[in-house]
Amino acid sequence: MPIDFNFMVGGEAGQGVQSVGFLLAKVFARGGYHVFADQDYESRVRGGHNFFRVRVSDGKVDAIAEDVDILIALNMDSIELHQPNLVKQGIIIFDGEKIKGVSGDNGNLFSIPLEKMAEKAGDKLMINTVALGAALSMVNYDLNILNAVLVDRFGKGEIGDMNIVAAKAGYDYVQSEHKGKFRKINPLSEDKRMLLTGNEAISLGAIAAGCKFMAAYPMTPASSIMEYMAAKSKGLDLVMVHAEDEIAAINMSIGAAYAGVRAMTATSGSGLCLMVEGIGLAGITETPVVIIDGQRPGPAVGLPTRTEQGDLQFVLHAHHGDFPRAVLAPATIEDAFWVTVNAFNWAEKYQLPVIVLTDHHLASSYATVDRLDLSQVTIDRGMLFSEKEDEPLEYMRHRVTKSGISPRAFPGLGKALVVTDCDEHDEEGHLTEDAGERTAQVQKRLRKLIPLEKEIGTPEKYGPKRAETTLIGWGSTYGAIHEAVDILRREDASVNMLHLNELWPFPAKAVADAVSKARNSYVIENNATGQLARLIKAETGYAVSGRILKYDGRPFTPADIAQAVRKEGG
Amino acid sequence: MVTVSDYAGLKPAWCPGCGNFGILEALNRALIEMEIEPHQVLLVSGIGQAGKLPHYTRGNVFNSLHGRPVPPAIGAKIANSELIVIAVSGDGDAYGEGGNHFLHAARRNNDITYLVHDNQVYGLTKGQASPTSDVGFITKTTPYGAASPVNPIALAIVSGASFVARGFAGDVDHLSNLIKKGITHRGFALIDILQPCVSFNHKNTFQWYQERVYKLKDERYDLSDKRAALEKALIWGEEIPIGIIYEENLPVYEDQLPALSEGSLVKQKIDPRRVEKLFSEFM
Repeated sequence: MPIDFNFMVGGEAGQGVQSVGFLLAKVFARGGYHVFADQDYESRVRGGHNFFRVRVSDGKVDAIAEDVDILIALNMDSIELHQPNLVKQGIIIFDGEKIKGVSGDNGNLFSIPLEKMAEKAGDKLMINTVALGAALSMVNYDLNILNAVLVDRFGKGEIGDMNIVAAKAGYDYVQSEHKGKFRKINPLSEDKRMLLTGNEAISLGAIAAGCKFMAAYPMTPASSIMEYMAAKSKGLDLVMVHAEDEIAAINMSIGAAYAGVRAMTATSGSGLCLMVEGIGLAGITETPVVIIDGQRPGPAVGLPTRTEQGDLQFVLHAHHGDFPRAVLAPATIEDAFWVTVNAFNWAEKYQLPVIVLTDHHLASSYATVDRLDLSQVTIDRGMLFSEKEDEPLEYMRHRVTKSGISPRAFPGLGKALVVTDCDEHDEEGHLTEDAGERTAQVQKRLRKLIPLEKEIGTPEKYGPKRAETTLIGWGSTYGAIHEAVDILRREDASVNMLHLNELWPFPAKAVADAVSKARNSYVIENNATGQLARLIKAETGYAVSGRILKYDGRPFTPADIAQAVRKEGG
Repeated sequence: MVTVSDYAGLKPAWCPGCGNFGILEALNRALIEMEIEPHQVLLVSGIGQAGKLPHYTRGNVFNSLHGRPVPPAIGAKIANSELIVIAVSGDGDAYGEGGNHFLHAARRNNDITYLVHDNQVYGLTKGQASPTSDVGFITKTTPYGAASPVNPIALAIVSGASFVARGFAGDVDHLSNLIKKGITHRGFALIDILQPCVSFNHKNTFQWYQERVYKLKDERYDLSDKRAALEKALIWGEEIPIGIIYEENLPVYEDQLPALSEGSLVKQKIDPRRVEKLFSEFM
């Protein structure tokens, strides 16, 4: 019987919810399991209610589940809010000496003196570690794996030892006091996968792609990219500048890219609002820059620590005037690595801004990923000017070419002078108001879209080739839609999926084909208006037959989508 | 040998008599005298009459958006630390639209030279008040008079810039020397350059400046004394000091970046395998 098991940790900010959740994910990843974990937290440092879900499976998982098998409740709210998600034989681990007056089915409740045991182990702050040991004991998991993970996390010294004692206390308590209702979950293999968040996958992708410069301004959910890049800027040829604002961040990145290094910035929607001028600057100066937009619900500050896919129409149009850009949206955490690599290549090949749309859900969720195969990473810097072959004094940065792509030279590396301007410019890069030169430059820039369009892959299809209902999504909803298709097909529904991780230039032909062939076509989007549906209509002329939308700041679960499709009559 | 012809750019589209001509000449002279070749220089400008300057000389040019010459200049300098990076702004560009970048570049002490053409008025948009317009200055957008001006010299000093100077477009020799010193200086070097606007500023004219400016070299004070420098920075009116007002060797932003100790970023080869050593922390 396949294993699909769900843990949840709930508590206030500051109680170590994130820490236990991460460690749970890590111990099962180490044991060879596929893991998907997500974090739900409020925009505060202390208090409130946070939870962390960890799904453990022996098959690939890219989405969260609604069911909870074991709930570690560090406060009363966790019990009250999440008890309805508990499966029939599920268990709530809590400290009955601290959380009084818990009511409900006694068979599900399992009180452990967490605080007392933590204190005995050396520090009552380790309540969460005791609970972690207890939760793993419920499924008779290998304690040695947990010990190794605790040492990695807390070091070999006193703190590491104390945590090992605390975890063992929780583990032993369950072994002696609780008659296990769960099956044993045994480690699968030594074949270790990587456990990554979406932002870590993006950071690794950027480093693999040769990104040497990043400038950014902290903003949830993108901050962890800048923090990671800053942390790794020692020992790598990499600089991360914490800029004074988003405007500076994108303009610094553009300056670095102009000078010849691969450069990026990362922000969220309202930070991107400030960066908009830079998108056009990169457009007219034909400077490659990669912009990560970790979407969260807007407008303005919206819901700072929650998720949405509300920036699609914004990033397609952000800035005035006509110029080419590319928009990508990773489907999964693994895909975030490859899409980022691709973004740097396209930015340089076509000398334009490339926007990577992720969202809070993808950015901060964890998933296991097979060790990334770096032999598959290619670096394509596009057309470069060679002073050996051409006369440097005749170099023109914006030379009008058939493809629209002008070879790049980098300032100071040779005799060629690299001149560019945010005003309209002539081929040399000097400002001009000449009508003919203006027209030639606009056309040259737009011509770059022709080869770029050919780079766009076919959207991923899943399920039967022909189906009555096609579910269409983009970006981080991939896992949930994919699994919803499985759920519905088990109910004998005729349903398949079309998923886009490359949104602009728009793959109109493939999408038109899918929409026109399905009897029902529903977009599944984490926004209020169906922004992809509008894009499909604009680019293909086809209207989808329905929109399944969620804009409460929470990610879709597969069950959400399956239920909505049933309601639509698909 | 570097000569005048190396720096012959496009024909300027400035008004005859504009102070920008003096600044252009002073910059060219500084570069020529320092034996710097055009391909070694990157001029990053913003928008305004000053922003056009790079087109009228020769060098690598990144003519950026209004208010934004400083951030791309910083990015380019970090990407290629061998480039001589000079940012060029007007007073609106530097102290209005780009005010935040100015403060933070000074604070970080980024290794760039910043020339600000300061004519106390907007030229390109035809005569509106600027952040440095004298108090009470009446324009189409300030019919009741401009509010009190920013003091760029004092702002730069208190923000942490390590080289702060004021020049005058009417004294090319003096200005050219200041620019040379600014380029030589390691760290953020601001040179605020007083300049008449013959079309739109009929108060602060060439003659007005000429009667007021005096060279600080005649005085003796410790250039690294912040308090003494601030006192000089506050002088404005009947007398206006020009010259280096503050200079100190302070930690330079780029020096604390470990990646730059291996040489210019742009010269280091791209190798995807460099990420492999990071994988173990995710296992």
